[in-house]
Amino acid sequence: MKNIFSSRAGIIIVGAIIGILAPVLQKMGNPGNMGICVACFERDIAGALGLHRAGVVQYVRPEIIGFVLGSLVAAYIFNEFRSRAGSAPIVRFILGAFAMIGALVFLGCPWRAALRLAGGDGNAILGLSGLIAGIWIGTLFFRSGYNLGRTGKTYTSVGWLLPIFMIGLFILLILNPQIEGEAKSDVLFYSLKGPGAMHASIFVSLAIGLLIGFIAQRSRFCTMGAIRDLILFKQAHLFSGFVALIVFAFITNLILGQFTPGFEGQPVSHTMHIWNFLGMVLAGLAFALAGGCPGRQLFMAGEGDGDSAVFVMGMITGAALSHNFGLASSPAGIGPHGMTATFVGLAVCLFIGFTMRQKFA
Amino acid sequence: MAIIVDARGLSCPQPVLMTIGEIKKGSDDIEVLVDTETSKENVSRAATSHKCDVTDVTEEDNFFRIHIKRN
Repeated sequence: MKNIFSSRAGIIIVGAIIGILAPVLQKMGNPGNMGICVACFERDIAGALGLHRAGVVQYVRPEIIGFVLGSLVAAYIFNEFRSRAGSAPIVRFILGAFAMIGALVFLGCPWRAALRLAGGDGNAILGLSGLIAGIWIGTLFFRSGYNLGRTGKTYTSVGWLLPIFMIGLFILLILNPQIEGEAKSDVLFYSLKGPGAMHASIFVSLAIGLLIGFIAQRSRFCTMGAIRDLILFKQAHLFSGFVALIVFAFITNLILGQFTPGFEGQPVSHTMHIWNFLGMVLAGLAFALAGGCPGRQLFMAGEGDGDSAVFVMGMITGAALSHNFGLASSPAGIGPHGMTATFVGLAVCLFIGFTMRQKFA
Repeated sequence: MAIIVDARGLSCPQPVLMTIGEIKKGSDDIEVLVDTETSKENVSRAATSHKCDVTDVTEEDNFFRIHIKRN
């Protein structure tokens, strides 16, 4: 069967749909310039589970659950579910953790960097520049033979583990709804103020997450791949989807009155330019070495890729470390150990990049 | 006799890098083996943009065989 979403028009339509729905989610309650942010939302999930105790960012985000399950449904309908695993899982875990640490120095994943730009946040220019620089470093490693090794076919259940984890999170969310004025509902933590307290209704978030998960699986939408393919192959296929996301998010923000240009006082952001840049250099390099942006990792996990699932768990762990040890930024600026963590992360990524090179015949 | 590029189990961008590498070496007749739809689409797209035609894609036991010929 021909996959209409794999065409140039298909990827542009998918980017446009994400670009429209993210600001709409913001209008319906999600945080500013954070209609969708894979890194922030996984961080919120880590908080809801009590893996970190930053009170302002604790919520089981149904969008993330929807991304994985929407992709799972699409993969099964189109006979693309393939359970696979075994390609350097520990490396993917470490890359996931440092990708999250870098993203939280900037305060956003590539999707949110695009959405911040589309909302008028000038600091996003530094973040996106850092993202491009990090991915560019990654392409140098690809050119010199870097790869994570081959994955292998495995039991169907292996590919199901992350989707089952997501179903479990959704059950927890339904069984432990937020109690007015309470920061805890049995096992789940909630935020009383801050970004974690800002969210669209559960079912709207889940429905939009499922839709995006479905179409992103079909189109292979990836923001890291967009920049990587442009640098490595001069091929603009995925990039056109990323541009469509920014353009349509900008238009939607204008229509909804959510466009406010400037650097100061932007929602959930800081103005430390060097760290906005370097945080995303780290994240971009880690995404490149791991083969996908955080969204794409969720979609691949939904189609049975157990190694992507490990990356996701690495990101959730990285979020917990970030908030427990003062690595994450806040609107006041970077955390006390954000600088050290960024340099350690870059060193670890370079170590991985230099030592995992091999020429295939 | 076609040159076989075995990219099974490798994730993006390896299958594409290996295919382009083989095309640039001057091979006219290449068969690329991949095991995901994504890699199949990416390799086909890359071949087409490097003055090659994808003449046939056959599905075998858990993998795809992409036949590429210079046009």
